[in-house]
Amino acid sequence: MTTAAIKKTGNTWRVVDIVVAALIAITGGVIFWAWSQGAGIVSAPMNAVYPPLTGLIAGGWMIPAVLGMLIIRKPGAAIFCETVAATGELIMGSQYGATVLISGLLQGLGAELVFFLLVYGNFRFKSFLHQKYNLIAALLAGAGAGLFCGLNDSFLPWGWNIAYEPGDKLAYIVFCTISGAVIAGALSWIATRGLARTGVLSSFASRKAASEPVFN
Amino acid sequence: MTASDAGASGVRPAAVSARGWGWRHAGRSAPAVQGLDLDIAPGERVLLLGPSGAGKSTLLHALAGVLGDEGDDADETGSLLIDGVVPRGQRGRSGLMQQDPETQVVLSRLGDDVAFGAENLAVPRDEIWRRVHEALDDVGLRSAGPGPGGLPLDHPTSALSGGQKQRLALAGILAMRPGLILLDEPTANLDPAGVLEVRDAVGRCLDKTGATLVVVEHRVSVWKDLVDRIVVLQPGSAAGSTGGSAASSAVLLDGPPDQVLAEARDMLIGAGVWVPGYVPATRRRVSAGSGDLLLAAEDLAVSRERPRRRGFRTIPPVPVQHGIAAQVRSGHALTVTGPNGAGKSTFALTLAGLLAPVAGKVSAAVELSEGAGIDPFKWKANQLISRIGTVFQEPEHQFVTGRVLDELMFGPRHLGHGEERVDELLERLRLTHLVDANPYTLSGGEKRRLSVATVLAAHPRVLVLDEPTFGQDANTWAELASFLSELLDAGTSVVSVTHDQEFSAVLGGAELRLGPASRGGARQEAGAA
Amino acid sequence: MRDALTLRSNHALLTRANPLAKFAVVFLITLVLALSIDWVSASVALGAELVIFPLAGLTLRLLWQRGWPLIIAAALGGWSTAIVAADGGAVLLDVGIWSISEGSLQLGIGFMLRGLAIALPAILLMTCTDPTDLADALAQKARLPHRFVLGTLAAMRLVGLMAEEWQTIGMARRARGVGSQGSPLQRLRATLGQSFGLLVQAIRRASRLAITMEARGFGTGLRTWARESTYSPLDAWVLAGGVLIAAAAVVAAAGMGTWNFVWR
Ligand SMILES: Nc1ncnc2c1ncn2[C@@H]1O[C@H](COP(=O)(O)OP(=O)(O)OP(=O)(O)O)[C@@H](O)[C@H]1O
Ligand SMILES: Nc1ncnc2c1ncn2[C@@H]1O[C@H](COP(=O)(O)OP(=O)(O)OP(=O)(O)O)[C@@H](O)[C@H]1O
Ligand SMILES: [Mg+2]
Ligand SMILES: [Mg+2]
Repeated sequence: MTTAAIKKTGNTWRVVDIVVAALIAITGGVIFWAWSQGAGIVSAPMNAVYPPLTGLIAGGWMIPAVLGMLIIRKPGAAIFCETVAATGELIMGSQYGATVLISGLLQGLGAELVFFLLVYGNFRFKSFLHQKYNLIAALLAGAGAGLFCGLNDSFLPWGWNIAYEPGDKLAYIVFCTISGAVIAGALSWIATRGLARTGVLSSFASRKAASEPVFN
Repeated sequence: MTASDAGASGVRPAAVSARGWGWRHAGRSAPAVQGLDLDIAPGERVLLLGPSGAGKSTLLHALAGVLGDEGDDADETGSLLIDGVVPRGQRGRSGLMQQDPETQVVLSRLGDDVAFGAENLAVPRDEIWRRVHEALDDVGLRSAGPGPGGLPLDHPTSALSGGQKQRLALAGILAMRPGLILLDEPTANLDPAGVLEVRDAVGRCLDKTGATLVVVEHRVSVWKDLVDRIVVLQPGSAAGSTGGSAASSAVLLDGPPDQVLAEARDMLIGAGVWVPGYVPATRRRVSAGSGDLLLAAEDLAVSRERPRRRGFRTIPPVPVQHGIAAQVRSGHALTVTGPNGAGKSTFALTLAGLLAPVAGKVSAAVELSEGAGIDPFKWKANQLISRIGTVFQEPEHQFVTGRVLDELMFGPRHLGHGEERVDELLERLRLTHLVDANPYTLSGGEKRRLSVATVLAAHPRVLVLDEPTFGQDANTWAELASFLSELLDAGTSVVSVTHDQEFSAVLGGAELRLGPASRGGARQEAGAA
Repeated sequence: MRDALTLRSNHALLTRANPLAKFAVVFLITLVLALSIDWVSASVALGAELVIFPLAGLTLRLLWQRGWPLIIAAALGGWSTAIVAADGGAVLLDVGIWSISEGSLQLGIGFMLRGLAIALPAILLMTCTDPTDLADALAQKARLPHRFVLGTLAAMRLVGLMAEEWQTIGMARRARGVGSQGSPLQRLRATLGQSFGLLVQAIRRASRLAITMEARGFGTGLRTWARESTYSPLDAWVLAGGVLIAAAAVVAAAGMGTWNFVWR
């Protein structure tokens, strides 16, 4: 009897990767939209006290980037998911208008860069780190997305905080980064493990996420 | 549309050959199929039979080239070839219709969805539209003309009934002009008229294109005259464990329908095949039941939609059925029948206290409510499960854990009693070998049995079952029917929504026939038995 | 939510324009407005957008339904800018960390109007653009990889179905004894559980849908398109209109001397 190995797909995207990534992303977009509506309420008191504090809830927008990458584990997953999620929000009607697409792209890029450096990119230093799609990578990716979100909002013309004073901008960026790490990074990591436990991820590289070590 | 001439159909029938082919799914110890040797000549029409879990769907997926996305620990043995080449990578050579019609729809407009396959095969645009019209004609979803099934090309696919979706899926496959048509229980869940329509649609297309057909279905009678060969599979583990030379093949029987049905009738019956004219023996009811009223519906109007609020007004939804009257009595069965889309499931959910009535009321008698109040919709969830147990039409909706055993233990643990019944249920519904499996990876029939078992485990007084017998082979069917008749004797009441006349005959009791949607006024007729 | 993802009954003029042309215009207006924070350019653009709304089939009621959160958000953005931006001119309010001056107030108002003028075109765009047409245009005209575009489109359809699925899953869980009654905390827990259940179900559906798509030959190579995405003279008008609005906004602001470049 011959035993044929199942085709390994490596880094190319299969149809199932695309459809599931898009699904996660659009669901994220709908959640975004709800988050944006809710953010209006939550951010009112924050705005009233000290506007840069709103950076602390920014992480909610970056979940698709980290979650998508943790589940799909293919290059480009973070950018793809975050951009599609932004498109989803745009379709639902966004207060940020078309600029939401640019924000999405940049936030996705932030997370993607972290994953590239730590996980799938080909660098010598990685052999010391033993980096996998673990909690640290998730936190750092969330932080990366948050950092890019903060930079986008503070320095690009369509940024909401473009008119802040430099000190406030810095505070905002720091808050965004923390929020990205905690809300997007940690929550996505937990969600991936939860999903893996139900068996739905059986056709993805993340199917064993629930039993993977937390660190290294 | 003008029918294209035979040459223009341009279909090259495919040949299938399997040599010692086997497949073990990821996470399973036993293979689903083992040692399959099978040759299908171009243009042959094969009916594939076998007990639930025998690996029929697995084989069809392999032929369609879509098996193997589930990870590295799945295992393939032997070879399976279409026209001498592995199926994967030959996409478009075969067209697969899966067991679940809902996931057959890809795009949101009718015409686009039919065109999708042809587009992927890089068919020129004019040709695509010609094929789309033709395919829609063939399956009776005529796009042009004012016929009753006439739907515009931009009709939203989400607004189709179950039967229409199944036809749409067939049209999408036909538009690809595949050499091999693979149909996995294409008529499950269809009403009797719909079954014949879909079958005839398949027949017409085959006559026109001459493509090879492999169809999986439990009921032989529907397909007997259309196919020219019957192949019966046996479960992969059975093929492996016996070890003997004859039994080690996955194919139990193979031959022309009439010959197989005449010569090997007993063997077919033993394998759980639904042979025409044979109804498996089931347990007889011994007591007629006390007949105490447990649950009653009066002048009930039902809909899935909820009232909408516009300003300060609430607008009630348009009901799919109204004026329904029904009584559910201890030890008596009630069968709900009617065409697809009539609102049977909606009624069942309302009766079971899961949906709020649009008008009229559902009231529980004191014997059932035992202090929980008269309106089942207002009961708490754990009050509900010990009183009314509901099995949904789509089994997957009800799974809440990741393991078959946990799934069965779930209800009893919540209630704090009944865990001891679980083993018996596993045994009788043939799920024992699957206790550790993930519910979502089960075969179609296994999922159905599990969802029935989970509800039985909570031992409710009233059972509401939506299509409890679809996808079952004759043996498990008989086991299920006998089990329910025991429960009826013990005073449980069984309400079942079903197209399965033999099943309602076994349970006896009254029938509630719902007309096409929005006619209303359905009353239950006593004594179908 | 399902209504938000399809437009069945909208036959307005702009629904016939190519989605890419509409997209280009929306981006142009957005970028031009983003370059300056001033109330004149924003008001001009806002006025023009309101005039165009009927062409996209957007009624006042629809606008209100979709638009009110934007107005609140824009006001909040204005407020936060007013208190955080660098001060200039007479100080109007100064309490602890909060300080609003004439300069920052003007900036705040400009910011609020600009926010609205940027948000509305996107709403307009989406009211008159069918996702299927958008996907066609993105794959055929913008030449984005078709596997990704169509995969996303198919997934989008599934998300539209999730609203119904939510109700069904709620019932199915209740039938299994998982209720959604009790204290707020229990309810929150039940809602979270149900959301998770919905996500699981949706991923499973998506995986199976991917199999259906593959079985229909998707993702193998070249493909043709049953419906061609085309440009028409209408698109030229759409572009011209967009350029006109952007130019009018800049000229008016420059003329009134309010143009206020963001990176001064
Ligand atoms: N994705 C999967 N992962 C693990 N096991 C699976 C998977 N799909 C099917 N199986 C198992 O493989 C066996 C054969 O399943 P298959 O679906 O092919 O049966 P079937 O003959 O179509 O049955 P039915 O008539 O009930 O649909 C079953 O025991 C099933 O539990
Ligand atoms: N989730 C839903 N939301 C809104 N409407 C629905 C939903 N499910 C079904 N419907 C509509 O309600 C009507 C009744 O559907 P129902 O499922 O009760 O029919 P049925 O008699 O059970 O049909 P079948 O035999 O196909 O199962 C149909 O017209 C259907 O289109
Ligand atoms: Mg099957
Ligand atoms: Mg039904």
